[in-house]
Amino acid sequence: MTFSPELEARFEKLLKSYPPGRTRSAVIPMLLYAQDELGYVTRELVEEVARRCGVTPLQVDEVVSYYSMLRRKPAGKYHVQICTNISCLLRGADKLWEHATQKLGIGNKEVTPDGLISLEEVECIGACSWAPAVQVNYDYHHGLTLEKFDQLLESLKKSAVQ
Amino acid sequence: MLYNEPSPLEVKVLTRRFGLPNSTSIDTYLATDGYKGFLKAASMTPEQIIDEVKISNLRGRGGAGFPTGMKWAFVPRQSPKPKYVVVNADEGEPGTCKDRLLMENDPHQLIEGVLIAGLAVNAHAGYIYVRGEYRYLIDILDGAIAEAYQHGWLGKNIQGTGFDFDLYTHTGAGSYECGEESALLESLEGKRGVPRIRPPFPAVAGLYQCPTVLNNVETFCAIPAILRDGGAAFAALGTPKNGGTRLFCLSGHVNKPGVYELPMGFNLLRMIHEVGGGIPNGKKLKAVIPGGSSCPVLRAEECDVAMDFDSVAKIGSMLGSGGVIVMDEDTCMVTALWRIMRFYQHESCGWCIPCREGTTWLKNLMTRILQGGGVPADVDLVGDVARNMLGRTFCPLGDAAAMPAISFVTKFRDEFEQYLKKHSSPVAELVSLGA
Repeated sequence: MTFSPELEARFEKLLKSYPPGRTRSAVIPMLLYAQDELGYVTRELVEEVARRCGVTPLQVDEVVSYYSMLRRKPAGKYHVQICTNISCLLRGADKLWEHATQKLGIGNKEVTPDGLISLEEVECIGACSWAPAVQVNYDYHHGLTLEKFDQLLESLKKSAVQ
Repeated sequence: MLYNEPSPLEVKVLTRRFGLPNSTSIDTYLATDGYKGFLKAASMTPEQIIDEVKISNLRGRGGAGFPTGMKWAFVPRQSPKPKYVVVNADEGEPGTCKDRLLMENDPHQLIEGVLIAGLAVNAHAGYIYVRGEYRYLIDILDGAIAEAYQHGWLGKNIQGTGFDFDLYTHTGAGSYECGEESALLESLEGKRGVPRIRPPFPAVAGLYQCPTVLNNVETFCAIPAILRDGGAAFAALGTPKNGGTRLFCLSGHVNKPGVYELPMGFNLLRMIHEVGGGIPNGKKLKAVIPGGSSCPVLRAEECDVAMDFDSVAKIGSMLGSGGVIVMDEDTCMVTALWRIMRFYQHESCGWCIPCREGTTWLKNLMTRILQGGGVPADVDLVGDVARNMLGRTFCPLGDAAAMPAISFVTKFRDEFEQYLKKHSSPVAELVSLGA
């Protein structure tokens, strides 16, 4: 498999980060960084990561099935992750979640038919003091109200057109 | 970036550079006493460094509160194996959002803390294990690390001291359990994040079975000030055996939620009312979880307490990770406990049965109660299941689920019973527990 030059450079640096004979350590970062580029973990990627890290595909698969951010199906262009854990819940995350599912017409880990937006209910994302919080891909959005959430969705739709 | 206004009651030691222009740059860092603690440490023996940390009364900021100096002293410095320094930046305890700020606003402070730990235990390589969700922090940290190499604060013969050190970032990919130190090491080795049996502890057999110092981000960030200004000065900021300041993350029902650096031992009620601006809409305080969702909940009348490890332990809870979750009089404790149990069930790694099955039972019981299918005996059953998990699991995640469960159903028993009376249906017992 070939990746973008940026990702190849990252991989090269990554494999040098660990002592000789310890390239298995690179499996998880490599999967996540590759997923960011490919959108999800494909069969081909599992085998490629196994080859590059010197482990068996099974050793990669068991990692993919464990870590919640690694996925075997594509997410939307914008992956909207709503935290509903305790601190966010106390600031209305339950209503935000319900609003989001109705507004988008999709449920947890589903993608809109146009492939633009996917939704996921996530555990604590470390934004408790600025709750309720949402992550779109890796970007944080703090202190959301229903109105601000709608504006966020609008801005995502707009930037998709551009 | 800062996400909330600072409070005039703060004592800024670890957060002193927050808000400065270019606070992440090495120029700003060096202009504000940066790397002075390292230079001082480089002129000391490892024993002297560890003694200074012991004098500071610094205790682990990840949650356990173990004395940092003692932890470092356990590392066999003369071992022929390589030694490692590992930063636990897998912040994930619900209610906790401080390590994120420390890395975002002052990454060089963390690097300096790691370097000093390296000197103390004779380590020459380190890893910052960052949770996958904090991707933007990897970029900030990588930038700071590159800057440190360029300016000779990482790499070979650092600033002519003869000390070599290499530092790398490493990303997780979504797992609360990897915040547990031995599971973190498994993950750093490229495996599923399941805990290891201890002993041996990581100090002796950690990363790649080599001696390893593993501390929380905030713990490392306290180290430069301790070496620079002396352990005694840091200790004096706090209470006996609880040195320094702490980044408290106020969340939930307060007017000014935010992360605030306050001296150890700061009174919890003052924190809520004077720092946090009180409870919105003139509501009354009902309960507080003082240190992240795994800590036993406190009733309002228990909250006149000094926020240090020992004082909070004395009243049966824990200072934990500094996540202070405030709940007003309208909070439904059944819903709150249900949400917390859902979390631990989701995050149990499945390695040991008391945790895997226990968290599942607790979640299912709470779901049944919440949905109106509960029977009166369920309240006792929640407590029974939780008590049978305590101390019987491979790692602290089992206890982390059991402690809130026991405290909620004990301290708010009336509310659980009222809820069951109001929300029961004739088909109650048909609601499945196997879901």
